[in-house]
Amino acid sequence: MAILVVAEHDNQQLKAATLNTVTAASLVGQDVDLLIAGAQCAEVARQAAQIRGVRKVLHCDAAHYADQTAENLAALILSVSASYSHLFAPASSFGKNVMPRVAARLDVAQVSEITAVEAPNRFVRPIYAGNALATIESDDPVKVVTVRATAFAAAEMGGSASVEPLSASPDVSKVRVVGRELTQSARPELGNAKIVVSGGRGLGNGEQYRALLEPLADRLNAALGASRAAVDAGYVPNDFQVGQTGKVVAPQLYLAVGISGAIQHLAGMKDSKIVVAINKDPDAPIFQVADYGLVADLFEAVPQLTAALAQ
Amino acid sequence: MKILVPVKRVVDANVKIRVKSDGSGVETANLKLSMNPFDEIAVEEAVRLKEAGIASEVVAVSIGDTGCQETLRAAMAVGADAAIHVEADTATQPLAVAKLLQAIVAKEQPQLVICGKQAIDDDANQVGQMLAALLDWPQATFASRVQIAGGEATVTREIDGGLETLAMPLPAVISTDLRLNEPRYASLPNIMKAKKKPLATVSPAELDVDIAPRLKVVSVDEPSVRQAGKLVSDVAELVGMLRNEAKVI
Repeated sequence: MAILVVAEHDNQQLKAATLNTVTAASLVGQDVDLLIAGAQCAEVARQAAQIRGVRKVLHCDAAHYADQTAENLAALILSVSASYSHLFAPASSFGKNVMPRVAARLDVAQVSEITAVEAPNRFVRPIYAGNALATIESDDPVKVVTVRATAFAAAEMGGSASVEPLSASPDVSKVRVVGRELTQSARPELGNAKIVVSGGRGLGNGEQYRALLEPLADRLNAALGASRAAVDAGYVPNDFQVGQTGKVVAPQLYLAVGISGAIQHLAGMKDSKIVVAINKDPDAPIFQVADYGLVADLFEAVPQLTAALAQ
Repeated sequence: MKILVPVKRVVDANVKIRVKSDGSGVETANLKLSMNPFDEIAVEEAVRLKEAGIASEVVAVSIGDTGCQETLRAAMAVGADAAIHVEADTATQPLAVAKLLQAIVAKEQPQLVICGKQAIDDDANQVGQMLAALLDWPQATFASRVQIAGGEATVTREIDGGLETLAMPLPAVISTDLRLNEPRYASLPNIMKAKKKPLATVSPAELDVDIAPRLKVVSVDEPSVRQAGKLVSDVAELVGMLRNEAKVI
């Protein structure tokens, strides 16, 4: 029983969710291989070889993997899938895009966004926005699985796996990438930050969101998040969104500022270790899930908090 | 150009679901059922492409029990021209749905399939990608902007960390994200008109597709519930708690 983990990277850096996915794969069996497909991504393969618990790294370097299109990546994964009983990838926009394509071609089901491995063929996954947990069994010959990164610890570094070159599959993609706008930020990634500062409609507008929350996030070395209401109102871009339809986070500390706590938001943050809510409405549902609640005007409380943390 | 739009009938997004006490699933009896919100966005986008003169016909498809016909009428009330109901009494899993849609595509010959990125009941996020793979068509998932011109689709996608824009020749499969558009409400005259639009029914056997489930649901359980903690009186107390009690800063 061997498991292939499809690594997520940007041709320079391994994405952190790959490490959590390796941990999930290790719960299935010991023979975990990692696939690094990209263009001029030898550095990523070198990083990947240091992940503990990885047996070997398959490194496939070709120009047509630079953009990680689902069409080409799926074809490459299929070229090696016969050696594996399990194909794992992070349940990020990357893994969600690619893996169902692989599963369909193999004529097997995919188990999406697992949060636990109970047996090599048995997994737990949230359904109905996390309002229920389904335990699922697959008897398909190959298990195609995407992994919710926040549900598994990150694999440690310090290993020394071998790196084997893998031949590229033919370029089958008819897709051209004509643009990419990535948010440039020195802050930690929202998906795996230890602390998340999240803002909602209570902030009033985008200027106030930035004026109040950026200094606080900088002080805590936190990622910035937002409720869907704040995203819909245009305060921040959509990739800030925490919730059923955005990102699922589980940091050590989640600070919800001016967020009422709609069900769909709670689905994205309720696995956080400590939740703090600051809201002027004492009846806001967010207080029912908060470890520490402060009923206060956020325009006074947040600057006070930023200042207090400096001491 | 014909556009095919799959729509799923799901428990309404505003209903709080309950896990059955025997752990066999989620209680869905007597709950309000509606069109999956992402599919509403897909219907809206297809109808807008028709209104813009780019598409000539919009066909909605739904798979499930007879209740699906209500969802298909809802799709026609906001502008779909015709509907196909694939009759299935058991819940169909994403791979089976993709195969049924592949068979419908073979009959209907659309140039574009627009579907929701995921259904809010099983949260699988698979069907669009699986269908694209089975048809060997290019895919653009999680779309927030769609332009069709000269036999090509240019689609902006919501990805982790930002946006990505892809160009691809048709035929193609597009899956919708929330910000693609805001679906319209159906007007009463259009609801009446939708009752007269054509709705065909077909069975999985007629489409020669095996819809037997591949995944077995062993149990469905309630997630652990967070308990409310304590209210603090001011920022100083909050900082003290975070430093000394929770020890997270």
